[in-house]
Amino acid sequence: MSDNILMSARGLSVHYPLRGGLIGPKPVVRAVEGINVNIEKGSFFGLVGESGSGKTTLGRAMLRAAPITHGDVNYDDGEVKYALPTLKDKDLKDYRSRAQLIFQDPYAALSPRMTVRDIIAEPLEVMGLTKSREETDERVREIAAKCRLNLEHLRRFPHAFSGGQRQRISIARALVSRPQFVVADESVAALDVSIQADVLNLLKSIQQEMGLTFLFISHDLSVVAHVCDHVAVMYLGRLVESAPTRALFAAPRHPYTKALLSAIPSLDPDDRGKAQKLEGEIPSPTNPPPGCKFQTRCPFAVDHCRKAEPVLKHTGNGHDVACHRWEELMGASPEAAKETA
Amino acid sequence: MTRLLDVENLTLQFDTDEGRITAVDNVSFSLEAGEVMGLVGESGSGKSVTAKSLMKLNPRNAIYSENTRVTLHLDSGPVDIMSLQTSTDLQVVRGGAISMIFQEPMASFAPAISIGDQMVEQLMIHTDMNAKQSKELSEEMLARVGISDASTRYKQFAFELSGGMRQRAMIAMALSTKPKLLIADEPTTALDVTIQAQVIDLMKDLVTEFGMGIIFITHDLGVIAQTADTVAVMYLGRLVEQGTVRDVIRAPGHPYTQGLIAALPSLDDLDTPLTPIPGDIPSPLERPPGCVFNTRCPVNMGDRCSNIVPEFSNIKGSHNVACHLAEEGNKGT
Repeated sequence: MSDNILMSARGLSVHYPLRGGLIGPKPVVRAVEGINVNIEKGSFFGLVGESGSGKTTLGRAMLRAAPITHGDVNYDDGEVKYALPTLKDKDLKDYRSRAQLIFQDPYAALSPRMTVRDIIAEPLEVMGLTKSREETDERVREIAAKCRLNLEHLRRFPHAFSGGQRQRISIARALVSRPQFVVADESVAALDVSIQADVLNLLKSIQQEMGLTFLFISHDLSVVAHVCDHVAVMYLGRLVESAPTRALFAAPRHPYTKALLSAIPSLDPDDRGKAQKLEGEIPSPTNPPPGCKFQTRCPFAVDHCRKAEPVLKHTGNGHDVACHRWEELMGASPEAAKETA
Repeated sequence: MTRLLDVENLTLQFDTDEGRITAVDNVSFSLEAGEVMGLVGESGSGKSVTAKSLMKLNPRNAIYSENTRVTLHLDSGPVDIMSLQTSTDLQVVRGGAISMIFQEPMASFAPAISIGDQMVEQLMIHTDMNAKQSKELSEEMLARVGISDASTRYKQFAFELSGGMRQRAMIAMALSTKPKLLIADEPTTALDVTIQAQVIDLMKDLVTEFGMGIIFITHDLGVIAQTADTVAVMYLGRLVEQGTVRDVIRAPGHPYTQGLIAALPSLDDLDTPLTPIPGDIPSPLERPPGCVFNTRCPVNMGDRCSNIVPEFSNIKGSHNVACHLAEEGNKGT
């Protein structure tokens, strides 16, 4: 393994047991299934997919906030190495200061009864990272300045702030413990476009300045395209494609990625009706289809796809894809596929 | 085309504990039958409140100004909606001539009543149909919006349906009374892109089939570009730009519309950094005097913009912009 990998997962699965079934095996939700992924140190790694694809669960498993059912997940930031599934209390506490989460909804994530200063200082106090109140204040002021919050802001309560400002407070709180790894779960989804651009620019500049590694989870491909270096696409708990951002958007190889890109409403009114439409909805993870998980909606599915599940294969230049037919399908349209299928 | 709706000088204020706030300020527009009008703006711009005014659905502390006129042109003659006072009077429009689709379909269905019973209930209220006919029509509408196995879904509850399915059921329900005007308030915002594309297609088909007018509220200009015929852009309770979808998106005249378009992450250009609109939308308690956008406007001209409210000036055809720069010719574009 290269020295430059901060987070590496091998066969990572997260299963949640369901109630029910007195007889026979208990049903489980396979939220994340057999994920292999390497996240390079200092990268802005994007994770996209529809709701129900398991992207949030994967992010939480990497924070040890979701139970890891199978597989190896290793964290190595140069100072410490942790095997996440077997992390014990003391190391887990240290890991918590190294890996942080920025939430989606800035209205729900901040306590209305605490001042902004106390909100940002809380992680330092809980983790015991600072020795005196002066030191805590110093750290809070330093990170607040980076997130463009001034001293006046620190004395106020969250209700006095707009959505964009609240999200900057959430970011400051996540970064105050000086983490190496930050999971941003739909962190701009609740913001208006005019504010969203501001928060994205801020995240990107802080990431570069502090040398952080970001796992950026989003359902919005155009946002991901603008901030991420590398993008992984999930579908029903599996990774279906993973590639450097430019390669993925210029030449997507998995039919699901192609469909996702095509479904983004174009700003050109004359593009109406040109989008390639995906039929149906994502199947339930309690009862996934056999073979390729995407076969129920894939316009290119053939018999082989319904029987055998494709594995994620390297296709060169860091572009990985899990599809039986990607090579034949380069440049194919769904209509042509129906004729050959 | 026949005129369906006229809104003139809609001004709406709310009495709150912190004082009286102006949510909608002198908004006028009209809609033809079969036309899809996109209403765009950030949160807090007053787009939902404007739409709800058309059915007088706003809470009790809402105060409409004296000169507000909302006229719905029905086959039976024009209806002056502001003059309707009791909820019995308003039943003609609420759920009858005007239907509304809300953003969050989970919150819009009653959780403990089956989808079918809710559909039948409104049909019994708004039409002359009996229970059997209502049930048949409801199942037919569910099938029409692409819900497979409609007779099973009919008996199910909202929680048993996926997000896209619920939104389809919501559309089926809203259309079953054959409204003249459909208000769709962010109908695709809670949905995934692939499902959003399906719902947009469905709505377009239904407009063609039923010939109703639609007011499509969204903050997503991409969705507008793909669905609407005309666009109205709102900011802090005021209309700042109106026109056909091509004119407004290709040649936006108002600095706010220009900013909204520039802030959108485009897939065609990954190199240019994103351009946010500086600052935040002001609180409705602190509405700036003059042009409401002057606190964030990159081309603010000082005194004139911060003191005088700009009137609509015509750029070309039906394209109107409320900006002092547009008044001076085409310097603003």
